[in-house]
Amino acid sequence: MSTAAEARARILGRIRAGLPRDRDDGARAEAVRARLANPPRGLIPERAKGERAALIDRFVANLEQEFGTVARLADAAAVPGHVAAWLAARNLPARLAAAPHPDLLALPWADRPSLAVRFGRAEPDDAASLTACFAAVAETGTLVLTSGPDHPTTLNLLPEAHLVLLRASRIVGAFEEAWDLLRAERGRVDEALPAGRRVMPRTVMLVTGPSRSADIEQTLELGAHGPRSLHVILLEDEG
Amino acid sequence: MLATSPAFTENAARALADAGLQKALAATRPRFQGKRAKAYAGLPEFEALRDAARDIKNHTLAHLDLYLEAYAQAVEAQGGQVHWAETAEDARRIVLEICRRVGARTVTKGKSMIAEEIALNDHLEANGITPVETDLGEYIIQLRREPPSHIIAPAFHLNREDWIAAFREKHAGLPADRPLAERRDLLAEARTVLRGRFLAADVGITGANLLIAETGSSVIVTNEGNGDLTQTLPRVHVVLASIEKLVPTLEDACTILRLLARSATGQDMSVYTTFSTGPRRAEDADGPAEYHVVLLDNGRSAMIGTEFQDMLRCIRCAACMNHCPVYGSVGGHAYGWVYPGPMGAVLTPSLIGVDQARHLPNASTFCGRCETVCPMKIPLTKMMRHWRERAFERHLPPRAERAGLAAWAFFARRPALYRLATRLAVGVLGAFGRRKGRFAALPLAGGWTGGRDFPAPEGETFQARYARRGGQV
Repeated sequence: MSTAAEARARILGRIRAGLPRDRDDGARAEAVRARLANPPRGLIPERAKGERAALIDRFVANLEQEFGTVARLADAAAVPGHVAAWLAARNLPARLAAAPHPDLLALPWADRPSLAVRFGRAEPDDAASLTACFAAVAETGTLVLTSGPDHPTTLNLLPEAHLVLLRASRIVGAFEEAWDLLRAERGRVDEALPAGRRVMPRTVMLVTGPSRSADIEQTLELGAHGPRSLHVILLEDEG
Repeated sequence: MLATSPAFTENAARALADAGLQKALAATRPRFQGKRAKAYAGLPEFEALRDAARDIKNHTLAHLDLYLEAYAQAVEAQGGQVHWAETAEDARRIVLEICRRVGARTVTKGKSMIAEEIALNDHLEANGITPVETDLGEYIIQLRREPPSHIIAPAFHLNREDWIAAFREKHAGLPADRPLAERRDLLAEARTVLRGRFLAADVGITGANLLIAETGSSVIVTNEGNGDLTQTLPRVHVVLASIEKLVPTLEDACTILRLLARSATGQDMSVYTTFSTGPRRAEDADGPAEYHVVLLDNGRSAMIGTEFQDMLRCIRCAACMNHCPVYGSVGGHAYGWVYPGPMGAVLTPSLIGVDQARHLPNASTFCGRCETVCPMKIPLTKMMRHWRERAFERHLPPRAERAGLAAWAFFARRPALYRLATRLAVGVLGAFGRRKGRFAALPLAGGWTGGRDFPAPEGETFQARYARRGGQV
């Protein structure tokens, strides 16, 4: 039994006791401060690099390899119709829990009065959800989903089908580029953090395909606890 | 968890005779190895990334005190709470206190090896709180009340019949005519049962694959989504993580994530890699109201600066055990504690004592495949040798083994005597065995000849032949 402060001091003390005796603590502190304030870029694989069109194609190919599906649409106005048809083709009810994101709120839902859309978090009996997407990574076909008032995390998890509206302009090559976007668009100066900035929302999910498990005889089955299907509506908003 | 590591020899013999286990081992090993090889081939930068990942962890460990302080500061600045646990007992007490304070009756759990290490489930149950494992593999072994046999595939030792039997026995209300024969039936049944558990839980407990000092985030990597439901739905999210899970930045996390899934399951990325930072924000519609991190030491800080420090680079991908001929023969339970295979053979003596675990560093052929596939380039066989030396210094091996080694050492230190003795032994054995070319039994070598013949020497020692051939073998 020990108080919290004592436990912390003893753990850190044991670590320091194992470090070299001739260490320069001033230089060490500076090295840590510098790395946190300006994270050095790691090794970016070639598969994360390329022309825009090639990166978008690679994103699609990688996601499809992991059992995600992708539909390319040129016009956002076509999204409600596409969603309605997609649900109908899978015998899913014409109901949708959608993220209250400006891009989704602005869609012409009134064109599809038979499709019931509720904006907000997911409830346990929701069969399908639609969310926006902060960014996507071509390297592995991964979606970057950030939590916030415009994107409740339960929408990514509870429904059996998760539909995602992704703007092609938000596809980047490497994971690091997604963090660049997050730091640039969501980061703000905060001296209370050692890095000097606050970047992360409560939850950032990197999602690569629908939920699955190989725990039974090491054989893959889709649809474990999360969505059984992941469908990306890729809005071609570039050029 | 009570260690049966001292009984490794008996455990291994039992495992070799277990037909069900041997069937599961034979079926799963090629899959793990093949998938990892394919993922490796798909990333030409894999070797360079191994070097980079090793360097990141070495840098982190050389500054671990400072990064831990920075990490804790970042968590607390964003509304999370950090609890420092020196021992398994401390960690159990901290988790129980959190559960009691919020009046928890059930807790859901994502897969966590730290929870196994501190034997959390037993402690919660003993105090009237029901822990529910939600990873499918962890769930079935919780139903069967047995420990995991693998660090990423905890139920790999089970065959489909075992799953069906466990669900039929334990799922009250499961109609007798509900089909369970197919894997997808089993998955659907588990999903239905566990969905109710997710929604009812008061506290969600997960592990962490990484902690990030820059952002104060904890990261979990899963395929099922169970960890995400665990850390999103309940009012309280508790993260169990050991101190060496730390990396400095999001960039550093990327480098390690490029290696983790490829080394573990052969995926380029697992389905869900999720970063949690603090509790839900005021404007969020979901997420936990409380976020706690229990930072466990439990012997790790004492490894800093020792010949076992490199083990703290381990990211628990399981590539070492998936490629180990010993693990592949006896499975995970034989190792007798939480961490099996080569990484367990090195880590377990550090955490529970070499007196308990001295057999584990000996459970190796030193083929070195574990090191070849380790994404963090941990020198596993070298550290197993260190443990063998430590065990010998502490007089842990039995008298006969020590006497044999002492006799060998006596001769090995005296080259002339060694040559004479081996020439004599080889000559005598060669003469006696010339007719059959082998021995069915030999004094002092029953351990060898009990299972196979001992080939008779041809009459010349290796050194003599080497000298005669002028340095050619």
